[in-house]
Amino acid sequence: MRLRLMRRGPPLLEGEGQGEVCAPSGEDAKRPNDGAVHREPLPRPVIGWIPDRLSPTLQASGKGRRRPGDPSGEVPHLTPTLYVQERGHARGLLASVAFAVSAVAAEIPPGERRSGFDAMAPETRAMQEDDTSNPGMLWVQDGAELWARAPSADKPACAGCHGAAEAGMRGVAARYPAFDARSARPMDLQGRINTCRREHQGAEPLALEGRDLLSLAAYVANQSRGLAVAPPADPRLDPARAQGRALFTARMGQLGLSCAACHDDNHGRRLGSATIPQGHPTGYPLYRLEWQGLGSLGRRLRNCMTGMRAEPFAAGDPEAIALEAYLMQRAAPLLIETPAVRP
Amino acid sequence: MARTLISVPKTAKAGDIVTIKVLISHPMETGFRPGHDGRILPRDIITEFTCRFDGEEVFRAELFPATSANPYLTFTTRATKSGTLSFTWRGDNGFDQTETAAIQVT
Amino acid sequence: MSQARPKTQSRRALLASGTGAALAIALRPVRAAAATRTESTTDAIRRFAGEAPIAPGRVTLDLPPLVENGNAVTITVSVESPMNEADHVRRIALFNEKNPQPNVITVHLGPRAGRAAITTRIRLADTQRITAIAETSDGRYWSASADAIVTLAACLEG
Repeated sequence: MRLRLMRRGPPLLEGEGQGEVCAPSGEDAKRPNDGAVHREPLPRPVIGWIPDRLSPTLQASGKGRRRPGDPSGEVPHLTPTLYVQERGHARGLLASVAFAVSAVAAEIPPGERRSGFDAMAPETRAMQEDDTSNPGMLWVQDGAELWARAPSADKPACAGCHGAAEAGMRGVAARYPAFDARSARPMDLQGRINTCRREHQGAEPLALEGRDLLSLAAYVANQSRGLAVAPPADPRLDPARAQGRALFTARMGQLGLSCAACHDDNHGRRLGSATIPQGHPTGYPLYRLEWQGLGSLGRRLRNCMTGMRAEPFAAGDPEAIALEAYLMQRAAPLLIETPAVRP
Repeated sequence: MARTLISVPKTAKAGDIVTIKVLISHPMETGFRPGHDGRILPRDIITEFTCRFDGEEVFRAELFPATSANPYLTFTTRATKSGTLSFTWRGDNGFDQTETAAIQVT
Repeated sequence: MSQARPKTQSRRALLASGTGAALAIALRPVRAAAATRTESTTDAIRRFAGEAPIAPGRVTLDLPPLVENGNAVTITVSVESPMNEADHVRRIALFNEKNPQPNVITVHLGPRAGRAAITTRIRLADTQRITAIAETSDGRYWSASADAIVTLAACLEG
């Protein structure tokens, strides 16, 4: 497994070894490189209180603040804080991440899994729920048109082989990523669409993150809206899922965070003013208000990794698909929401 | 052609107030935002939306860069008789698009 | 508006000290707010209403007090009016305080509308006050204002 541990500069967290850029180091170097799931205790993060003067968002929102004397010992909110102007503080750390991280956090049990939809403001939920107000439906409509249109005169449209998407595509997105026997690797829905184009439509693959591919993927996934995520019981996907889980739990980036540090251990708490969701990709491609457009899970993962100060996955990176394979298993049996709306 | 989503009740009783919802695919580039090269991206917005019933204006909106991308608007009109509602969006760079929807009034 | 600038700078200073979601904050909305305003809110309102007095009342402004993302804020404006030939709303305009340009939207309606109520989605570059002003058929002007706190989404692009 390639490690995305871009550690430039001084050690980030107390107890962590100083690594070279792109090289496994410290705890990570000792991990067996077999793709299996390892969840050994992580180095103890520095727990810091956010001074009130540094936390205007929390104050403005009227939400609770940290109290060092809190008898429960629980950190009510989470705000990674960059002590940019306070070098020398906290042992010269570039970043101190205020987390209540248990050394080994459990996976979220199926009955406690919640869509990010639940944590959204009522206005944003309303935007998603009404198809005449959900901007993602503009892409779904584009996808419906593309589904019926042949890419060239002598080749079939998607509908030419698959028929009406309402019947033929119902439930498909709930089962992706799936194992592609020909390429002998897991494939996401967008990869499947592009493979179909090449093999059956004699057409060039559509650009990743381009409007047409997003539209087609949204149209296909919309046919599964309301169905439970149902990862296939295909053992050929197991290595990818294990790799995905390892990526999910691995610390990466300059802040020394992992996906799990937020989405397993601290969901429901706050990052700045935003509620941390459990991180279930049930609504992709989705309309993110921040993007002012539709985007893929890959784009969202890149946003997360940029936030973590880690090197983002390239579009279509097999590691991103492995992570998606794990995330979909982790999300079951939540319902598909495509096209979801998120802040 | 920009994709539009228009919601108009197919039928209404005479005198009813009906709610119309319109959504159109458009970036609404503000003209205040720097692009990747640091230069300000030129403004590209829809500046006007008009709804007509059988050719007569029943609602009009002037839009500014503060309207969100993919502009969404809901408004009302009183159903008087069966006819055609037309929806026209005009804007920068010659943007001009009209869609129609029929309404049956009983 | 002249007070927009110092506010923005203080917010920037806070961001630089690593406040709000420290994870990769995109400064775009802040940059937008930092741009020179094309016109003051007062001037824009006077261009809409002329020198006519503007009285509070009749107008209801509905927007979330805490905004998840300033790129798309759902806002509903309604005006109490019988909406008949003799007494109706002619125009409703929305104004912001801190976007680069003070106008948000201006709608023209008449008795045919049946109700003076619209919903749209707007951009708010920063925490600010929104003002709605309605012109009724007797040439009078009515207004309402509401404040919205704009927060940033976590884990943004670039």
